[in-house]
Amino acid sequence: MLKAKRNALMGAALVGAFFATNAYAETTLNALFMAQAAYSEADVRAMTDAFAKANPDVKVNLEFVPYEGLHDKTVLAQGSGGGYDVVLFDVIWPAEYASNKVLVDVSSRVTDDMKKNVLPGAWTTVQYDGAYYGMPWILDTKYLFYNKEILEKAGIKTPPKTWDELAEQAKTIKDKGLLATPIAWSWSQAEAAVCDYTTLVSAYGGDFLKDGKPDFQTGGGLDALKYMVSSYSSGISNPNSKEFLEEDVRKVFENGEAAFALNWTYMYNLANTGKDSKVAGKVGVVPAPGVAGKSEVSAVNGSMGLGITATSKHPDEAWKYVTFMTSQAVQNQYAKLSLPIWASSYEDASVTKDQEELIAAAKLSLAAMYPRPTTPKYQELSTALQQAIQEALLGQTSPEDALKTAAENSGL
Amino acid sequence: MSGTSMTTRAWLLMLPLLAVMIAVIGWPLADTVGLSFTDAKLVGTAGNFVGVDNYVKMLASSNFQRTLTTTTIFAVISVFAEMVLGVLAALLLNQQFYGRTVLRGLMILPWALPTVVNATLWRLIYNPEYGALNAALMQIGMLDAYRSWLGEPGTALASLIIADCWKNFPLVALIALAALQAVPRDITAASLVDGAGPFARFRFVILPYLAGPLIVALVLRTIEAFKVFDIIWVMTRGGPANSTRTLSILVYQEAFSFQRAGSGASLALIVTLLVAVLAAVYAVLVRRTAGSTS
Amino acid sequence: MERKSFPFSFFIHACALLLAIIILAPVAWLFIMSISPAADLTAKPLVWWPQTVDFSRYGILLSSVENSAGAAFVASLVNSILVAGMATIAALALAIPAAWAVSRTPSVGWSLYMVIATYMLPPVALAVPLYFGLAHLGLLNSVFGLALVYLTILAPFTTWLMKSGFDAIPREIEAAAMMDGAGLFATLRIITLPLAAPVMATSALFAFLLAWDEFFYALLFTSDLRAKTLTVAIADLAGGRVSDYGLIATAGVLAALPPVVIGLVMQRALISGLTSGGVKG
Repeated sequence: MLKAKRNALMGAALVGAFFATNAYAETTLNALFMAQAAYSEADVRAMTDAFAKANPDVKVNLEFVPYEGLHDKTVLAQGSGGGYDVVLFDVIWPAEYASNKVLVDVSSRVTDDMKKNVLPGAWTTVQYDGAYYGMPWILDTKYLFYNKEILEKAGIKTPPKTWDELAEQAKTIKDKGLLATPIAWSWSQAEAAVCDYTTLVSAYGGDFLKDGKPDFQTGGGLDALKYMVSSYSSGISNPNSKEFLEEDVRKVFENGEAAFALNWTYMYNLANTGKDSKVAGKVGVVPAPGVAGKSEVSAVNGSMGLGITATSKHPDEAWKYVTFMTSQAVQNQYAKLSLPIWASSYEDASVTKDQEELIAAAKLSLAAMYPRPTTPKYQELSTALQQAIQEALLGQTSPEDALKTAAENSGL
Repeated sequence: MSGTSMTTRAWLLMLPLLAVMIAVIGWPLADTVGLSFTDAKLVGTAGNFVGVDNYVKMLASSNFQRTLTTTTIFAVISVFAEMVLGVLAALLLNQQFYGRTVLRGLMILPWALPTVVNATLWRLIYNPEYGALNAALMQIGMLDAYRSWLGEPGTALASLIIADCWKNFPLVALIALAALQAVPRDITAASLVDGAGPFARFRFVILPYLAGPLIVALVLRTIEAFKVFDIIWVMTRGGPANSTRTLSILVYQEAFSFQRAGSGASLALIVTLLVAVLAAVYAVLVRRTAGSTS
Repeated sequence: MERKSFPFSFFIHACALLLAIIILAPVAWLFIMSISPAADLTAKPLVWWPQTVDFSRYGILLSSVENSAGAAFVASLVNSILVAGMATIAALALAIPAAWAVSRTPSVGWSLYMVIATYMLPPVALAVPLYFGLAHLGLLNSVFGLALVYLTILAPFTTWLMKSGFDAIPREIEAAAMMDGAGLFATLRIITLPLAAPVMATSALFAFLLAWDEFFYALLFTSDLRAKTLTVAIADLAGGRVSDYGLIATAGVLAALPPVVIGLVMQRALISGLTSGGVKG
């Protein structure tokens, strides 16, 4: 009955549209999300349903693509006037999106309340040149996950505080025959590898750029890659890491085949309470380690924001949707796979309940988040780095030469 | 009807096709040529005229040369293997055995599987942790530890080639089989009487019948292999360490990921030219064999 | 056929068995994955046949609950059918008159060879201008736009097949009908097209399968449920967060079903189309 009524209404609206262009039509927003890490597809759909209930005049179509397709899809959709209204964007893209006018500047829409209550680290995700290009939504970094049971069997009391300790503990586990290759990474030729690399760069106190020129080929940047190579070639890391994305790491970890794994927030609850996980209840999480004398912990800023595209015909409704999705209430409700951007949420019992370990790690890691370089040519730089990382891992070139070539090919 | 009015009528009938082709192929191609002399970006600026800069830069880049080598290896090996396996399978299917009709029917399966499904399927089979290939080889004792098939430069390209071959050799087999069935029975019988061995018989009696259709299949497959994108995009995206990056993937990166429409266009035209040269060589080949068999 | 010795016959049967395994094993595994519980697929050693057969994933993907993964899959299925169908019809409509004209008036054939030669063009050589063109016309992310673009692949191919089909129909039959006073279009309708029906069917099948298989243009020119086709949907599924390999396999089985059925049922027509085109092309 209701449905029939709605159909009739829609029919009327369509007829009306011929005469009074869109006067009666409800607003339809198209939003682009990723089907990877952070909030699950089901979570995003549920949040959106809640939004639709609260705003019956706005309909939101959801689209999910793999992270690997997110950037290209957003850019390509620019051409079609009826493309996306709201897009999810990674922390590394605002520079490019701002210079190419993919996203609109929403500085005037961001309220002082928001500015005050959202964590400063989260804001860096959406800022470029002093302007705001959206709201931060996924506040994320890579943590070191460990399998408590395996560590216990190996007689390891505390998880590693430094990367060298990690290597030692992994070696102990390997030598005791508990696991052949205890550490799992996401070193596939993709952005994931650059995130792991960045975590290490931050630990070794390296720099990506100096005065706009590549600076990762010496110092901390080089040390970071050397660590990866030695971890790979000494056999303590899963050799398949070089074709793993985050989901592969999670699968291996959940299957109990990794003692340590570097991954995003979302893995904690999936691995620790998920029904497909064989390591439920045995998952430990700490900040990614530091380097003696250089850092206590390390972290990459892997946050993502929601922005409004320059081609959107409904920026007001789009902003309404963005603020709903990033609101404290919604984020607190879905805090299992991604942690809120709001400072006070971390003291909220409903958020911290059953994930105290993660929250404790988050407090340290989020404060240490290290950015990947901010440049409109980020995609080229990243592609060059991915190649360098893989060539060094595979032993095709030395870490020095690989990074030198990457610096030359970075387009900077 | 006179010759000229016949010709006019023919042109009229062809008009719709030609008009659409000019709209969806001719004009874009001309536009690509124009773009290739500019530094246009995909979004934003229209770009300035830069002469042949893009071509010089692309041809000189180590990326291009390496990718060209990869593409050539992929194309040559996979097409060669498809031809050999296809002909062998056709010779087999032309023999008498139980279940021949069924097996002939099944040959269409790999070909009918969409390329993306095929690529996804093989990616699952090659999975380093949970793939069927590792599991199967391990269980029959041919492997003592799981391997990263798509993660090692040595095996990644070979694994892609196997996946590509599996999909495409059955089509060659079916084409060759159809040609084999056209070989008159009495000719093979006569050659048998003449005492020709199996290899001589294949070379001098059967091969001439196969040559025509096979060369067409060869041309089409080579062109397709040179343009390959889908299977690689889905299985490795060009990794590890760019060891499986082909020309089409490189153009995609340049034009769409890096948004340099100008240099991307020049690269695309270089690829087109390469394929055209290949096709021309084949065309000469086809003419020669046509001349020798008829 | 000459008489075969027993060892030879045994050898042939062994080879045939091997060929059957090579062809069937990957396809069978795709299907088995689609009905295996998720845990079986990540077990070590691998479970080759599930204890309990699980068809639930087909239900998930074919469900029509609004804003669900199933709805997204069904939408892409519908898009694939629409795009492939429209492109096939349009390609045939263009190809039939052109192919007939060239077949009967060889002096204009060179233009057809130019059309066929475009088959060599890598799609990347056309992608950027096509993208701008579609954007200008508002046809990005639209099934119509995608079908139009697919003509770049389908039209040359169908024209080539149709021409070899018309070549096989003696023009004397048409001439006889004309003598009896039938006009050109009546002749074509009554005489030629019915005779060419098998080739037309073959061409249509090929065109449909080519369009069904296409990935590159669909990846570039579609962005959401309104136009995204199956191939892109499957690539998205396989590349994203699907912890269950079985679901990817199920999507693969569903996407492969139409072409596989067409292939198995219409095999004879497809092969004859290929070889006749091949020999004469």
